[in-house]
Amino acid sequence: MSASILSWSLLIASLLLGVALAIAAFRMIRGPRAQDRIVAFDALYVNAMLLLLLFGIRTGSTLYFEGALVISLLGFVSTVALAKFLMRGEVIE
Amino acid sequence: MMQADQLPVWAALLASALVLLGAGFTVIGAIGLARLQTFYERLHAPTLGTTWGAGGILLGSIVYFTVAQSRPVVHEVLIAAFLTVTTPVSLMLIARAALYRDRAERNPLVPPDDASQETDA
Repeated sequence: MSASILSWSLLIASLLLGVALAIAAFRMIRGPRAQDRIVAFDALYVNAMLLLLLFGIRTGSTLYFEGALVISLLGFVSTVALAKFLMRGEVIE
Repeated sequence: MMQADQLPVWAALLASALVLLGAGFTVIGAIGLARLQTFYERLHAPTLGTTWGAGGILLGSIVYFTVAQSRPVVHEVLIAAFLTVTTPVSLMLIARAALYRDRAERNPLVPPDDASQETDA
């Protein structure tokens, strides 16, 4: 009973997050400007991190949690580097 | 470690509701990212995914692992705290960079630069 509730809702939530990933990828390809692509990339990595957490609940393993933490750390750093590049033309001055 | 079918029904329902809420908010934010017209409007949409989207899924994960392992599991709070700190910082940086670019090419849609901002580029 509870296993089927959980597996169905995790499946639906994964599909919704997949749609969100596809929309963010669409915005990243479409643009129209570099800042739109960076915002789309920011949304993309957050959605990927949430999908990884859903995999963690599905398999009952906390290993995926570390992966999600690393994605959120590296994603923040890369977003800041890209925004800095847009602002100044260089990442490290 | 409890298997998924030994989980109490209330815990499964609560975790499912939270996860579905989070995923729903995330997809609404993504739709906003695709449909809003200008960049400065689009900037607001994905924050729906980083606040309630991530919050719902992280709370669902906390509920599931706490009940399944019969002990408090709160390491998801790390991700929640980290997202709460980093999202405003990164979005402010992107918005300032976009404003700088729009002003540099004298886009009439953004407000002009006032003299006080010359010093803190």
